[in-house]
Amino acid sequence: MELSEHIKTANVEDVTLRRPFHPALRGTLCVTSHHLLFSDRKDEASWQLLILLKNIDAIEKRAVGSSGTITIKCKDLLVLQLEIPGMEECLNIASSIEALSSLESVTEMYPFFYRPSHLTLNGPWGLSSTEQYYKQTERLWDRWRVSTVNSDYSVCPSYPSAVIVPREVDDDKLIHSARFRQGGRFPVLSYCHHRNGMVIMRSSQPLTGANKKRCKEDELLLQAVIDGSELGYIIDLRSAQQAQQARMTGGGFESKSFYSHWKRIHRHHERGKVVQESLIKLVEACSDPSHSVDRWLSKLENSKWLSHVHSALSTAGLVVECVERDGHSVLVHGSEGTDNTLLVSSLAQLILDPASRTVTGFLCLLEREWIQAGHPFQQRCAHSAYSHARLKQECPIFLLLLDCVWQVWRQFPLALEFSEALLLRLAQEVYASNYGTFLCNSEQERCAAGVKENTHCLFQSLLRPDIEEQYLNPLYEPTDLAIWPSVHPQSLQLWTGLFLRWTEYAQNMEEAREEVWSIVKEHHEQAGPDRTNNTLSTHCDTLTSFENLMDELTIL
Amino acid sequence: MEHIRMPKVENVRLVDRSSSRRTHVGTLYLTATHTIFVGEGSEDRNELWVLHSLVCNVVKHKASQSGYPLLIHCKNFQVIQFIIPQESDCHDVYISLSRLSRPEKYEELYCFSFNPNVDKAEREHSWDFLDLKAEYSRMGLPNKLWHVTPINREYRVCDTYPADLFVPKSVTLPVIVGSSKFRSRGRFPTLSYYCKENHATICRSSQPLSGFSARCLEDEQMLQAIMKSNPGSRFMYVVGTRPKLNAMANRAAGKGYENEDNYCNIKFQFIGIENIHVMRNSQQKLIEVSALRSPSMGEFLTGLENSDWLRHIKSIMEAGLFISKAVAEEGVSVLVHCSDGWDRTAQVCSVASVLLDPYYRTLKGLMVLIEKDWVSFGHMFSHRCGHLIGEAKEVSPVIDQFLECVWQLMEQFPCAFEYSEKFLISIHNHIYSCHYGNFICNSQKERKDLILCIIKEKAHSIWLHLWEKKLDFMNPLFKPDQSQNQGLLRPSTAPYCFKYWRRLYNRFDRELHPRQSELDCLMTVKEETQQLEEELALYEQKMAVLDKERAKTLYMQKGVLDSKQALWSLPLDISLANTPQDYIGGAPNLCLFGDQTKSSDADNSDQESGVADFSSHSSGEESLPSEDSVKDPDSDETAM
Repeated sequence: MELSEHIKTANVEDVTLRRPFHPALRGTLCVTSHHLLFSDRKDEASWQLLILLKNIDAIEKRAVGSSGTITIKCKDLLVLQLEIPGMEECLNIASSIEALSSLESVTEMYPFFYRPSHLTLNGPWGLSSTEQYYKQTERLWDRWRVSTVNSDYSVCPSYPSAVIVPREVDDDKLIHSARFRQGGRFPVLSYCHHRNGMVIMRSSQPLTGANKKRCKEDELLLQAVIDGSELGYIIDLRSAQQAQQARMTGGGFESKSFYSHWKRIHRHHERGKVVQESLIKLVEACSDPSHSVDRWLSKLENSKWLSHVHSALSTAGLVVECVERDGHSVLVHGSEGTDNTLLVSSLAQLILDPASRTVTGFLCLLEREWIQAGHPFQQRCAHSAYSHARLKQECPIFLLLLDCVWQVWRQFPLALEFSEALLLRLAQEVYASNYGTFLCNSEQERCAAGVKENTHCLFQSLLRPDIEEQYLNPLYEPTDLAIWPSVHPQSLQLWTGLFLRWTEYAQNMEEAREEVWSIVKEHHEQAGPDRTNNTLSTHCDTLTSFENLMDELTIL
Repeated sequence: MEHIRMPKVENVRLVDRSSSRRTHVGTLYLTATHTIFVGEGSEDRNELWVLHSLVCNVVKHKASQSGYPLLIHCKNFQVIQFIIPQESDCHDVYISLSRLSRPEKYEELYCFSFNPNVDKAEREHSWDFLDLKAEYSRMGLPNKLWHVTPINREYRVCDTYPADLFVPKSVTLPVIVGSSKFRSRGRFPTLSYYCKENHATICRSSQPLSGFSARCLEDEQMLQAIMKSNPGSRFMYVVGTRPKLNAMANRAAGKGYENEDNYCNIKFQFIGIENIHVMRNSQQKLIEVSALRSPSMGEFLTGLENSDWLRHIKSIMEAGLFISKAVAEEGVSVLVHCSDGWDRTAQVCSVASVLLDPYYRTLKGLMVLIEKDWVSFGHMFSHRCGHLIGEAKEVSPVIDQFLECVWQLMEQFPCAFEYSEKFLISIHNHIYSCHYGNFICNSQKERKDLILCIIKEKAHSIWLHLWEKKLDFMNPLFKPDQSQNQGLLRPSTAPYCFKYWRRLYNRFDRELHPRQSELDCLMTVKEETQQLEEELALYEQKMAVLDKERAKTLYMQKGVLDSKQALWSLPLDISLANTPQDYIGGAPNLCLFGDQTKSSDADNSDQESGVADFSSHSSGEESLPSEDSVKDPDSDETAM
């Protein structure tokens, strides 16, 4: 079925659009295969609103006399109302939106059709690859190697084709280890600390099962990770009890007797549905400004969102403590190793590694630890906070990461090169995008769908100089030290920039942001090399000509 | 001094609040004014000073293996825990501190022994820094409708009001006297704020003694006169800031609120704010929540909710917003009262003023506002802050709530205030510290009586001191010219706009605060910019001189000018401008700039690597404590 067949009414005139904190507008509404377009044709300077249909999370229809109202709730948390004259048109539009906003086939999605004139499809896709990362990280060259055991994605379907593993472990052992880990996610290197060479590894749970199976190769692999040093830490993102229970379903944990050089620490993290429901509850709590303070606080508490932020940052802090303070290598895993595992390992890197705090570094981190590492974006971000659809695999773990990064930025406002705007942009793009970056669930799927050949890369586009500036932190001052965030509940805040984005609250914050920029720009103008040099050189010129005159004068 | 049983105890351990296993060993000294702890061994300033007047209470805890714990809770929310090896020493310190922290007479307060190195003239000058007369004339008073009544010059009509009060010109002295007799404690309706753009006013009073049916003609005339003094309006609001139930209950005691039928053209409006006892308990709960050591997110949020504190802040804000909108948008005058008119009334009037008038969002403006609405109108600082030993039931964080409302507004309008939260915290600290003489006593009259003997003789005024330190309190984002920040602020009172004020309640828990400050950084940047601008101006000046000279020379070349005259003027300038050293030297801030960047770098690295330094003097506003170790993720010891 062609996409256009879903569109019964493409155009409606005299539609009224209502947005929060803006006067209502009248204009024309268009539905295309991928967009909802509203344009107000009052004057020559017409105003347009273009919404990706994929951004629409839920719609509600209501009949008022002969006309209908559609409330559109977007995945970026914006809520709009359209008043459409004519009931039939209204229903047609609504059904088009419903059908087109929930396309399942990747190649029908907008990134495959997005062809802006300033971008070409021929260049390399993405910012970096495992091989490039290895080449850049000199620390790794001795004891680590790039393995292409997964080049056809047969060892682990959710891993990229190349991974970094200890040099002394051959591909054969990796294959065995992979069979012993859920989804084949055997332990691979995630980060090597530039100060002491300690590493963060990540994997999925071992499949020890009820009768405590073991796998020699897996044990050797981990032994090779810590090499000569005495101890490594396994940070298990489940409670001890949950890990025990996992054995009943074939999963399990690394037992002390077989992994004698590894000490296991359990940290409970919520996952899946629970986190998704937290987001739903939080957004619901934020949507009603008429609540009493008590009710608001109780809803905020009840949503548990900030508790998830708290656990994520605490565990990341624990990992950093092991690596940086105590000098031990760490293996992080939960069950599948595609969600909380990535959250913790990437937050730990942000705290540890100055290189991941630049715009490029941060985007590379996301690419390596989320896109290539196989976070199932398509499943996790199918719906956001408003959808009434039955939850399947949805889970806003990536949003949780962005929130945690925001918390770090609040506590270290000078340490990150990027600004809140980048985090907000990513929060939007992950749910609905013109770009192919967040499509599919793994490299294998992206390969099969031809994502790299047929879509543009978001990260590359964000790094174009003309775009990048709006995402810079004007106060950035790099520091080499680890930036340890406080995780006290008193120190963690609601991410107002995201959750109150469409309220009047955000508008004053925007003003403050502009003022920060203007202060810094003014400073650059005064202190910038151009200005000073210019002044100096004009002065020199003046002086020289003056001297010349004086010379002439003397001669005279 | 006679209260000090034990001037010095050795081998005392100071417990680090962020991790109870870390302690510092040192010596504890008790002086007449401070508790001082001097850490051993380290060469850094390992000192902790606590002013006795800031001590809220002292608690002995059950003995532990290591000794006898003594907990000191301060009014600025600092909590200090000592462990003293000997029980008898601990008891002596406890007894001494309990007495020292609860002075019986004003003369014992710190402000009478605090003696900075300034002479008498300077001290007296500090008291003249703020002038309320100037403030009223800034508002446009007196004018043809409002004047100062001499009726309370001797504090005879109302001993808790200031001597100078503004009333409508049209009311006669008997009307004022009559009205005052009909109001609790004689606090008759009088002007608090005048809006010169539309003549609307905010007036304040105490509750009327109306009971169920009593009337007072003079009081009715008084309100009528206030309404008439706002020529544009046909009615006025009377805002009762108590919950309706409380106000009705008061009628049984012969007090209550205005009956709309008896007064012409008033609209009575209840905006319920709870009484001082509820507020005291609420803050107590909030303090307990803030002092939780490592609560879970749930415990913290539930505790915050159960304290009800933010609900109370919201109700005060809503009352202020109602009044400011009535004045600015409707052009209607408002009379505000609660019971006595010195707690909730003061809060609400001053919040409304901050919303209405950008002046009160400047440093000096806020000082004036506190001096006017709180100090002069008889907010009972001594009772509410517990300066002297007395009724515990009189203590209540009324002014804390006002300062917090301002802070909440600053959070919503980051560019609208000239001052930063440091200013509010500093004021808060000084209200309780009795370091300066401004906030002692309960009324202007009491203060005047005390002045006769001592205040001006010995104590100093805080305002000049704060003004001199104003650079520390500036908000770099302040944009006075922005249209949004002009005139009425319209804050949102959505529940999510009310936040927990960590900087105040966890002021001394350094590990809880951001490790880098955006505002401090911006301030430095702004200062640098200013320096560079000045440098540029200097350049341009020089250029102008050079240009002039060049013009002259050119002129001379053409042989028009007398060469003598040129020679007379030239050599001097050339020697000045022609040497490269001088040229660079004439740009001092090239070097300065470099220095500055360096020093700010140093600050940063200090913040991040940091040395243990717990010497935050709790005696003063001495800045928010600087950060020490960043290396403290608290991500948890339990696991390790």
